[in-house]
Amino acid sequence: MTLSVSEGTPSARPILGLAGVARKSEAVLLPIGALLAGFAAFSLFLLAQGKSPADFFALVYRAGFGTAFSWENTLSRAAPLLLAALCVALPARLGLVVIGGEGAIVLGGVGAGFAGVLLYGTPALIALPIMLSTAMAIGAIWIGAVGALRHYRGVNETIASLLMAYIAIALMNHLVEGPLRDPASLNKPSTAPLDESLRVGNMPGWDVHWGLAFGVIACLLTWVLIEKTTWGFAARIAGGNARAAQVQGLPVGKLIVGFTALGGALAGLAGFFEVAAVHGSANGSLASGYGYTGILIAFLARHNPLAIIPVAVLLAGFEASSGLVQRRMDLPDATVLVLQGFVFISILMSETLYGRFKIFAPERWRSG
Amino acid sequence: MSFSHLSRRGFLKGTAAVVGAATVPNLGFAASDSPLTVGFIYVGPKDDFGYNQAHAEGAAAVKAMEGVTVVEEENVAETIDVQKSMESMINFDEAKLLFPTSFGYFDPHVLSVAPDHPDVRFQHAAGLWSEGMPTNVGSYFGYIGMGQYLNGITAGHATTTKKIGFVAAKPIPQVLLNINSFLLGARQVDPDITCQVIFTGEWSLAVKEAEATNALADAGCDVITCHVDGPKVVMETAAGRDCFVCGYHANQSPLAPEKYLTGAEWNWAGVYTGMVQTVLGGGTIDNFVRGGLADGFIKMSPLGPAVSDASRAQFETVKAEIMTGGFTAIKGPLKDNSGNVIAADGEGFAEDDIALESMDYLVEGVIGSTS
Repeated sequence: MTLSVSEGTPSARPILGLAGVARKSEAVLLPIGALLAGFAAFSLFLLAQGKSPADFFALVYRAGFGTAFSWENTLSRAAPLLLAALCVALPARLGLVVIGGEGAIVLGGVGAGFAGVLLYGTPALIALPIMLSTAMAIGAIWIGAVGALRHYRGVNETIASLLMAYIAIALMNHLVEGPLRDPASLNKPSTAPLDESLRVGNMPGWDVHWGLAFGVIACLLTWVLIEKTTWGFAARIAGGNARAAQVQGLPVGKLIVGFTALGGALAGLAGFFEVAAVHGSANGSLASGYGYTGILIAFLARHNPLAIIPVAVLLAGFEASSGLVQRRMDLPDATVLVLQGFVFISILMSETLYGRFKIFAPERWRSG
Repeated sequence: MSFSHLSRRGFLKGTAAVVGAATVPNLGFAASDSPLTVGFIYVGPKDDFGYNQAHAEGAAAVKAMEGVTVVEEENVAETIDVQKSMESMINFDEAKLLFPTSFGYFDPHVLSVAPDHPDVRFQHAAGLWSEGMPTNVGSYFGYIGMGQYLNGITAGHATTTKKIGFVAAKPIPQVLLNINSFLLGARQVDPDITCQVIFTGEWSLAVKEAEATNALADAGCDVITCHVDGPKVVMETAAGRDCFVCGYHANQSPLAPEKYLTGAEWNWAGVYTGMVQTVLGGGTIDNFVRGGLADGFIKMSPLGPAVSDASRAQFETVKAEIMTGGFTAIKGPLKDNSGNVIAADGEGFAEDDIALESMDYLVEGVIGSTS
């Protein structure tokens, strides 16, 4: 590496663009390198099991990205993951590790489902926004409370959010099996089914529901919020050093509650789409772990909302391929989880490599 | 150096293999060669000693049939995951007959995927198919409550405390029917027996199942059965507490050979091979299929070593009666455990009475509540 850099040095100096590209490429090339290293380590694991890594990755490609159906499968799975990951990434910009987005998803879903029952017969144009905002408001309150507990009471947000997720799931089970249960839902206790007009359908032309579009837009908007607004700047300062931010007069409490609430609102939005686009009613299936996969995605994306999009699609692709891998290679369904684990560890380890490669640091090219 | 040479060669080999594999359509898997590909989808692991294992045993029987390829997926959630798993089997494996086996797969998942694939048959366990639903969907189930009734007879003979226990997942009709049948079977032996029930709230939650089993043992129950997806934890915990056990879903006698009395098992092997035979022969499976012990939908585990001769005799007598079909376990005079009359003297609900599929009560003698 040193060799190639010193060769390139003389010509690199005059071209200003190259230095910029080198700096920026670190954030892209390091994660990709780490991803490949994770794949390589996983391949050794497969070989130890007597299975062919080549077959495995060919199947993952085919089932996750190889056909139009594969893309629909992958993107359908990515939709809730985008929003769940934002619930982790937004508080993370303030230095908070919130891992209980699952709670906001399930309660947001119950809220949307119940609002839908109350609004039976109302035109969709009125009912859907109400259902959507109910879900977002519930999610905002749930995770916003985690932020408030953190700032005003000093309660550890990681533990609080995780425990509150368990409370949320218990509360959901109580509601859908008790007060909100549709008496006709015999073997699968659920709220009453939504009116057909209140179901959110697929985007035109493909078999992927609108949650994907909302997820992508949410990623773009929150990226603008964090990177291009004074609020985002203040949040990043507060995340770097809360006390210094307070000394500077930044409203750290409001920022913490605001960002956690926004993250919760987006997780609640995921719950809305699960109910309105997938299940058609709120029931126990809402607790299916999207909130936890969101943690993985947010960390892999280094809490950058733009990076969440490709990472969520990649992980959704892995999950989409899990079935074909089981069927064709006779591997257990946990195989894809093992792959995710390898990739996660590899990318976390790569965090320590930032700034260590001269090729990404133009100011050090000369001295090399 | 030789090291880099080696890795480059390895890389080239790997790349060639990837390209090669990607261009071979089936990866050496002859799904499309056989006349019929059948897909099975399970909500949990195939070896759970319970609900999923019972279905997987059925799938294994289908696998042994001539001219059939079986594809399976386990641990598929009741979310969009199962919709995509079904479509993946249709798209990549050309499956024409699907068995998505979990309760929660039916509405909305099977019902929303089926209309897009009119040439594929969807067979769902426990679903309630009714007029107006897609005609390429069928639902089937068995009267396994009668198996729990037979369990209850062996339990009634085995108990010395006159208290038997039931670890239940959720207070839904099928589970309530099993609890009630278990107690009513035991009361055929001794009308003073009571059955304590604990609901865990989830189909699969090992820690709570163990806690519930211990709580029942602490309360003096000395025969325990259950209705959860995987009875393994309940069986092992109960046997560890020196309680007798009655199995459910599949044969759990290997888990507690000395303590296992008998068990109410699904007999999906017979049901599934029959359905696949119908499809292979160009016929159509009925949309709504139910059956009991007499129809080969359920079976009983072989009686364990702890079953007394008197117990065995009564078990065999009642079993023979059930084998004639239309057996009535829920019959008057019968009250629920809050005193409401369920059936007057002379009234009753035969095993095939559809009213049993909306049961919402626990009968007198069951200690517990549905809410």
